[in-house]
This record gives sequence, C-alpha cells and structure tokens, in this order.
Amino acid sequence: MSELAIEATGLRKVYRDVEALRGVDLRVERGTVLGVLGPNGAGKTTAVRILTTLLPPDGGTANVMGYDIERDAKKVRATIGLAGQYAAVDENLTGFENLEMVGRLYHLGKQRSRERATDLLDRFELDEAGDRLVRTYSGGMRRRLDLAAALVADPPLIFLDEPTTGLDPRSRNNLWRTIEGLVADGTTVLLTTQYLDEADYLADRIVVLDHGQVIAEGTADELKARVGRAAIQVTLENPEQKEAAVAALQAIAAEPPSANGTVVTVPIERRDGAIAHAVRRLDEAGIAAEDLAIRRPTLDDVFIALTGHAAEHEHGDGEGEE
Amino acid sequence: MGTLVADSLVLARRNLLRIVRAPDLLTAFTVQPIMFVLLFVYVFGGAIAVPAAFDNYADFLIPGIVVQNMAFGGFATALGLSEDLKKGLIDRFRSLPMAPAAVLAGRTFSDIATNTLGLVILVGVGLIVGFGFNNSIGEVLLGFLLILLLGYAFSWVFAFIGLVASSPESANSFGFLAIFPLTFLSSAFVPPETMPAALEAFAEVNPFTTVVDALRSLWQGTPAGSDVWLAFVWAIGIAAVFSVIATRKYRSAVTR
Repeated sequence: MSELAIEATGLRKVYRDVEALRGVDLRVERGTVLGVLGPNGAGKTTAVRILTTLLPPDGGTANVMGYDIERDAKKVRATIGLAGQYAAVDENLTGFENLEMVGRLYHLGKQRSRERATDLLDRFELDEAGDRLVRTYSGGMRRRLDLAAALVADPPLIFLDEPTTGLDPRSRNNLWRTIEGLVADGTTVLLTTQYLDEADYLADRIVVLDHGQVIAEGTADELKARVGRAAIQVTLENPEQKEAAVAALQAIAAEPPSANGTVVTVPIERRDGAIAHAVRRLDEAGIAAEDLAIRRPTLDDVFIALTGHAAEHEHGDGEGEE
Repeated sequence: MGTLVADSLVLARRNLLRIVRAPDLLTAFTVQPIMFVLLFVYVFGGAIAVPAAFDNYADFLIPGIVVQNMAFGGFATALGLSEDLKKGLIDRFRSLPMAPAAVLAGRTFSDIATNTLGLVILVGVGLIVGFGFNNSIGEVLLGFLLILLLGYAFSWVFAFIGLVASSPESANSFGFLAIFPLTFLSSAFVPPETMPAALEAFAEVNPFTTVVDALRSLWQGTPAGSDVWLAFVWAIGIAAVFSVIATRKYRSAVTR
C-alpha cells in the first residue's frame, strides 16, 4: 500500500475556454495536513473536486488512499470525507437527522448511523442543538455540522474546501481547534484556504496555487522566509526623528530597519515581547510614536514575493468553476 | 441494486420530511387543484359546450385537470434538486459511496406520495362538484395507474430540468413555461373541435390529449380507440428517456 494518502501528477482541467488547472502535482503523506493556498479562481476547488471524484480530470492521474480516482472512484468515495465552504447540510432536517442520513448513505446501517450521529454531535458540541432544525443554526454551527457529516464514516482522509471562509473570528478559532483535534487522531487532511494564517496554523506543508499552477511549495516557515519576516511598524509623530528611531530600534531588528515618510519598519525574528522592547527603546531615546503595530506577512505578501503581483480577487465568490 | 433501493428510500424519506417541515409546497398539492376545479366548473363551465358523451362539465373536466396536475406534480423534484445543487448537497451526495441514481430516484419516489395526495384531493373535490365514475372498477383502477405513471414520468422530466436550470427560480419558471401551455392546448379543458384549425390540429396530436382521452375512456367509458395503450406507451417512453438523460446529467453535476 502506498505511503502517500494523495499522489496527483499533472492534473489538468479546462472549462470551455478557461484552463482551471494547468498540470498540478500534489503529494500528501499519511497523517499530515496539506494546505492548498491561493486566491479565488486559482483552481483550489477544482483540484478538490477532481480528487474527490466529483469531476473527471482532462489530463493527469491521481491516486487517493491507493485507489485511482477514475478507475476506482467508488472505493475512493468510501475512504474520504468532504466538507466545504457551502456547509452542505439539509436545513429542513435536524442536526441528528442530517448525520444519520449521511451514515445510512455510507451504508453503516441504521443502528451504527444513529450511534455515530450521537457521538459526533457530542464531539462537536452540538448535542443540545441535535434535535433542532438546521435552519435555526448559526453559521458556525452549520460548518461544525458539515464537518461532522464528513467524519461520519471515520474516513482516514478528509478534504476541507475553505472550511472557515465567511466565519467570524471566534467560530473560525473553534473550527481550527476541532481540525487540530482530528489531525492529532491521525486523520490526513487536505485543506484549501485563502488565508495564510490558516495554512500556517493548520498545515504541515503548503502548496501555493495561482492561475491553475503550483507556484511554491514548502513548510509555512520556508514560505515565510521567502516572503519576508514579520515587522514592527512605527508611525512617528515627528518625521525628523526618523534617523534617531532607526538607530534606537537597530538592536531589536533582525534585518536593518527601513524608513519611509513617518513610518519606520523593523523586521523582527520573534513576535513575543517585540512591541514592549520597541516601546522601551523609543521611550529611552525620547521619540514619540503615534502608532505602533506588528505587521505579519499576508497572502498578498506571498503573492507579491512569488509572482510580483498581488493576489487577484476579481473572480468573486465562484471560485474555480468559471 | 439493493443499495439503490435502500439509498433511494433514505432520500425519499428526507424529501417527504421537507414537505412536512416546510409546508409551503403543500398548497401546490392541495389548495391549488381545488381552486382550479372550482374555477373551471363554476366560472368557465357554464360557457363550455360539453360533448354529448358526458353528463356534465365536471365529468369532462376532472380527467383533464387530473392529467394537468399530475404532469406538474414533479415540480417539487426540479425545485428540490436545484436547491440541493445550489447549497452543495449534491457535491456531498456525489462524494459518498452511494448508488448514483439514488438521489434522483429518491426524488421521484417521494413525488409519487405527493402526487397520490393531490390525486385523492382532486378526485374527492370532483365527486363533490358532480363528477362520477362510469365504468368497471378494473378500468377505473387502470386509470389511476395510468395517471400515477404519467406523474412519475414527468418527475423525471422535472429532474432533468432541475439539473440544467441555473437556479431554483428558473427551474420553477422553466417547468411552468414549458408544460403549462401544453396542457391547455389539449382536450383537457375544452373539446379541441372548438379551437381554431391550427390549434385543433396541434391539440389532436398533443400527447396530453392522448392521455386525457385515455383517462376519460377508463373512468367514463367513452370510446377511446387506440388512446389507452398509446397513453401507456407515452408515459413509459417519457420515463425511460428522461430517467436516462437526467441520470447522465446528474453524474457530472456540481454545485454552481
């Protein structure tokens, strides 16, 4: 049996005149999390749909848990779970009924489907809402139920297509912790996201996708090293103190600070304590700061560093299929 | 095959629960047919010359209005499939190791239940306003079989519409625009002889006319010619063709 949970080579997909995927290779080792990072329209959803057997590729091959996605589509389906940005749950069923239905469709049998539904509602803190219709659920609850539905058959591999897009920060953090728990239990995860911090937090390795091609690959740290470090940005009250500020902050900088107008940028190695150090040094030098903040590398920084252009968002919400 | 039936029943149960939980669709199977029967019998009925073979307009009308309603019963399938596509449920179902035809078969199964409900209400109201069966019990039952089969066939037509329409709203209006006029340009409400020549020619070859005349013959004992077996051929043919093309469409359907 293959060591790899996913091994895709040269995946291509064309929609009418648009090349959604232009020869994508992906390798995911068992028990690890691969983050597929990219803006809307990069081809993330198309890649997930091909690997989950929803769409046939126009070129290339892929094995998922050792099964060919085209020849053994049904075996692939029996070993994966899929959850995504749509929160694909039935609004007019209760949470329990949704999970029970999915269990029945995985052919777990009535008894086992009910047990799994109860277990998962507990685990996702939906046990009190389990008998309520899903249309009364909040957005975060729907996503949790959607994720629970993907886990009904206890699959060794799950696909999460932009699992936190559109969620408020608190629900997002909750979902992150849930996904972390799954990974700790040994589940292999392929996750797509538009957020660098999400990939950073959850993924062991990250693949950056742009216009249907892999433009970078590596661990979060490797990518960030290519992008540049986190930095402290100080906005001065008096622009004439620019040089003095650069000199004062030299000692905490990982690379030489730079100044532009009233803003001094200080690349730093470690975030913890950095602000306090900076404030103390500016104080000692008698420099007044109007604003002081840590700036972290964003998806746009990744794209600017890798492609020379910012991530394009003109495709709107309908990622992939246009 | 075993999994197809089991999976279809799981999904049919889900579809019927939807109708109970959000009963907005229920009016289409209950209030609407009653309204149409009353409208035609009491508003238009007096002005329509009933062919000599029928005792009153209700005897003439009820088979026609039953055919129209059964042809429309499947709209819940188009609406439901289109909603499932929009919300990503079709992606989920297609990623499960279930029988691929089960989502559509489950839809069309549950339509049989709602069609039966609509049929009972329609015939019940018909009996109150003067309609009566005038044939042997066997032929009357064969009429019920024919009409449920036609309803089932049109559920597959609506399944196809639901998969190709761009939104639930357009699925609904597409079905309405395509099928509604066809049911009127038939012998369902007025004798085709009273129409202008071109319309009469169309109505005479319209399959709805075949089915309506077959149902009249089975329920009223009016002469049918080849209409009865031809009506079954139409219903089975429509079901066969559309179940194949709808299932093929489903296999490549993804959320838009």
